[in-house]
Amino acid sequence: MNVSTRWLKDIVPGLQGTPEEISEHLALRGAPVEGITSPGDELGDIIIGRVVKAVQHPNADRLRVCEVDNGTETVQIVCGAPVVKDGAFYPLAPVGAVLPGDFKIKKSKIRGEVSQGMLCSAKELGLGDDQDGILELVGDFTPGASFVDSVGLDDATLDVEVTANRGDLLSHVGVARELASEGEGRVVLPELPGAPEIAPEYATASPEVEHNGVSVRIDAPDLCSRYLGAVIRGVKVGPSPAWLQERLRGAGSRPINNVVDATNYVLLELGQPMHAFDLNRLDRQSVIVRRAAADERTFVTLDDETREVTPDMLLICDGAGPVAIAGVMGGQNSEVDDDTTDVLLECALFEPKSTRATRRSLTMSTDASYRYERGVDPEGMQRAMDRCIRVILATAGGELTGPILDCCPGPFESTVVDLRLARIERVLGIPFESGYVESLIAPLGFAVEGETDGVLHVRVPGFRSYDVTREVDLIEEVARTHGFDKFPETLGPQRPSAVPDHPLFQLEDRLRSALVGHGLFEAQTPAFCPEGEGDVQVANPLTTTEPFMRRAIMPSLIRRVEYNLARGNRDVRLFELGTSFRKAGSGEAPLEESHLAAVMTGRREPPHWSREDQPLEAWDIKALLTDTAQRTYGPSASVEPGEPLSDTLESGSSFLVRSSSGEVVGHAGRVAASACDVPVWAGELWAFELTLPAHPPEPEPVTVTPLPHFPASERDLALLVPDSVTAGSVTEAIQRYAGRDLEHLEIFDLYKGDGVPEGLRSLAFRLRFRSPTRTLKDKQVDKSVAVVLKRLEEDLGVEARG
Amino acid sequence: MSDSKPIEALNALEAEALAAAESAPDAEALEAVRVTYLGRSEGRISVILRGLGQLPAEDRPAVGQRANQVKAALAAVLEARAGALSGPAVESGLDLTMPGRPRWQGGLHPITQAIDEIWHIFRDLGFARARGPEADTEWYNFEALNTPLDHPAADEQDTLYLVDSVLLRSHTSPVQMRTMEANEPPIRIIAPGWVYRRDTYDATHTPAFMQIEGLVIDEDITFIDFKATLAEFARRYWGPDTQIRFRPSFFPFTEPSAEVDVKRVIRRPDGTQYETDWLEIMGSGMVDPNVIANAGYDPERYTGWAFGMGPGRIAMLKHGVDDLRTFFENDVRFLGQFAQ
Repeated sequence: MNVSTRWLKDIVPGLQGTPEEISEHLALRGAPVEGITSPGDELGDIIIGRVVKAVQHPNADRLRVCEVDNGTETVQIVCGAPVVKDGAFYPLAPVGAVLPGDFKIKKSKIRGEVSQGMLCSAKELGLGDDQDGILELVGDFTPGASFVDSVGLDDATLDVEVTANRGDLLSHVGVARELASEGEGRVVLPELPGAPEIAPEYATASPEVEHNGVSVRIDAPDLCSRYLGAVIRGVKVGPSPAWLQERLRGAGSRPINNVVDATNYVLLELGQPMHAFDLNRLDRQSVIVRRAAADERTFVTLDDETREVTPDMLLICDGAGPVAIAGVMGGQNSEVDDDTTDVLLECALFEPKSTRATRRSLTMSTDASYRYERGVDPEGMQRAMDRCIRVILATAGGELTGPILDCCPGPFESTVVDLRLARIERVLGIPFESGYVESLIAPLGFAVEGETDGVLHVRVPGFRSYDVTREVDLIEEVARTHGFDKFPETLGPQRPSAVPDHPLFQLEDRLRSALVGHGLFEAQTPAFCPEGEGDVQVANPLTTTEPFMRRAIMPSLIRRVEYNLARGNRDVRLFELGTSFRKAGSGEAPLEESHLAAVMTGRREPPHWSREDQPLEAWDIKALLTDTAQRTYGPSASVEPGEPLSDTLESGSSFLVRSSSGEVVGHAGRVAASACDVPVWAGELWAFELTLPAHPPEPEPVTVTPLPHFPASERDLALLVPDSVTAGSVTEAIQRYAGRDLEHLEIFDLYKGDGVPEGLRSLAFRLRFRSPTRTLKDKQVDKSVAVVLKRLEEDLGVEARG
Repeated sequence: MSDSKPIEALNALEAEALAAAESAPDAEALEAVRVTYLGRSEGRISVILRGLGQLPAEDRPAVGQRANQVKAALAAVLEARAGALSGPAVESGLDLTMPGRPRWQGGLHPITQAIDEIWHIFRDLGFARARGPEADTEWYNFEALNTPLDHPAADEQDTLYLVDSVLLRSHTSPVQMRTMEANEPPIRIIAPGWVYRRDTYDATHTPAFMQIEGLVIDEDITFIDFKATLAEFARRYWGPDTQIRFRPSFFPFTEPSAEVDVKRVIRRPDGTQYETDWLEIMGSGMVDPNVIANAGYDPERYTGWAFGMGPGRIAMLKHGVDDLRTFFENDVRFLGQFAQ
């Protein structure tokens, strides 16, 4: 909402302060100012010039040579405008002036005649679209005076941010009310220069009211509770006088013609949208407010757009068909133009939700619809109508004929809301007395009509009837007008939360710090993905490249690794905790799971002079996954070779994770060449993805294993293992047959080549035996090893080497 | 012509001193040479330099210059001899100036760090963390939060829909309702998580971003508790000199509603300080009684307050990041700057 400071000060006599101070005030009342501009911001160089005499250019038919009084001397200016009047005032850009768009005026010679400056059009000054002629200034001016000061462009326009609940602030009077309530000021409507006093009669009836052949009928009282129509005959449409143009410009609105400007004036001043029809273009001079008929498909609005009409939309129609989309925009077929003499002026109350639905399905928003969907003052219609009529009579002439047609099927009834003083204290924390409460809210239009046992009965003014319907709405008004800053900030005692800290957050904390410890960076990526990476589709995506929600995080992370590689970062290790989406039943919310994924490429360790660079391998991702899985699912979670769960990972070099219950909860391996786009010099990409439990159990408390009292015995076994037998099965067999004193087992060497027959490999195991109760004798250990070797040979064909 | 005697004396002294330094058999003897000639109080060259003032004025520059030359020459020889006497720099091949063997550094994402910092403050104030689904229904995202779908307020968060009435939550506020449904007061939670809006990527908008919800529900919770707790948070996060301003605003699910602004005091390295502009950090307010009733609680008995803030924006302000998109590029050179 653009608010003219000058207009505000005219409405609140005594309102002091700079635009910045007023802005600060408004911010603390809940209507912050986003910016302050002035319509004359770029026009400081322009002065008033008076054309003393204009004659035809001797060498050019379309140019005129003007003698212009600039206040100190008379200068010669060549001008291309079709009409230049002797004795008239125009905006003059003298030599050296800079116009909007950084256009500098220089002394020049045009077809042999010297030109010392420029007489400007509205367009050149950024004040309108009219570029046909130079801007003639109506009134009495002083040549040489500042143009900005002389025509009232020295206003400051405040861009006030109005929250969605406060439709009443979408007008100068509304904003003024917030400012007036703070001081001694009060809201008064400014004088309208040249406007006659009027005391129109109202012909009220429902559903139809008619006078002298002009009629108004409401067929949809649920969507239009009141419609006022005024007939003004004999108007002369033309430019508005300076005072009206000044008002509109100060509020960021562009003057059009006196009749339209009058309606915009009222909209900006009082927040009531008004519309003027050319009465003689209304078929049978009748207005019918009704829903669109089934066969009414399209309608051409004022802006020359063809709009699709649907049967739930409210239309304003004449005897033949639609002439306006109610509360949104008028039609071309009934528009006021230069030839209009008789006007039907509309001042109506349309239902917010229907207006909103209509303008949304038309994908448009207008000053009128913006106000209707936020609620227009049902008690301010007559005042708005009277004022609009007076502005038109003052600026376009004509005569108000007959009574105002007042079709009113749903008269407004204001409400009384009870406000308990005890409840105010309960919510706000400090006691308020009734007299003080009244002094806070009365200036905003609320009337305290009585008090019973600490309960105030508050009548809500029409302009607040939309957002103030409950006690708590009044409590907010009390808090706001008392001033949020006046409430103490004493931190009192609090009961501890009954809600436990969510265990998944705690698991995520543990996983994050473990992975950071392993040298990975945490990444964050939005969960959108291209088609093929998810089956949950966004119905109204803004981009067509990522219209799905991802099922897995790994592909997003691979793209971030690609991004890094493209910037020359060779060593990239990223992980992310995020949500996976999967389609559920039709029409249902998708299934969500928390996932952890990591993607790594480059060197296993940072380069160092002491060692050769080693690339990351399957063993690195396997260990990382094992560590992560066991932190998540406990020590019995296992990682084993297995086909990957998606083709993001390459087949044949991948692992599966099983939770303690045996469920597959993740996979790891080398990223398939088809799943990444990386430079030739880049290393292999290794990745894993793990599904996290929705409600992870608390980690088991550690129960300490007592440290051993007796020494251990170690045995190294070099085994010749056929290629068909896995290390895993050899390990399993050793564990099974070595007896309960086997404390630890590890593989410390793998060898293939000289001395080892084809089809076999040498695997070296180190076994550590220890008894908790005694020192083991060599003989006993040797016996256990012998059993192991026998079983290995018989069951797996594995023999001891040499 | 000035007397050249002091210069000659210096020449002789130089020859003597250099010879002594060259012939010193060990570090101890070398130190004795240093003390004899360069020792601060009794060193012979030091004494000459100190006595310059007693020479005729015209001699002083030449003698001073020569004395300093001798001093420098001797110092150089002493250093070279000291090096020679202490043996090879890399005795037994161990040059300890070679770089140490590093390990890869990892780090948390800066937005996670911001969330953690905020969480730790609220944890100390008695809060726990809660979570809810990212895809939710119109009921939880709007209607339960006192936001009718046909109200203009529903417009302000242009929402991404999946199917019919299922959407990607446009704020973390649905967690309010889900937490209230699953628990009994007292409730003191924060809920960090992703939210989604129908925005295009630019310097300050991304269609998905992190938000942190806060909710307190109990008996006897008032506007004063609300202000006091958030002011306490702001001072702990931005420093004790931080000014906090509560500005009336509108959110359908709180009433009264407030925007919270902070003005920080920044100290420059030279000890001076300056105040920032007011920075908008969160939307907040007393929980609307309709929301409390929708959760199945009695709004006459229970009151509460809530807030929502953007850790991404807070991280931008804190670290001087001027484009929100940088956080989602995940360039390791960017992430590495936050490794701690």
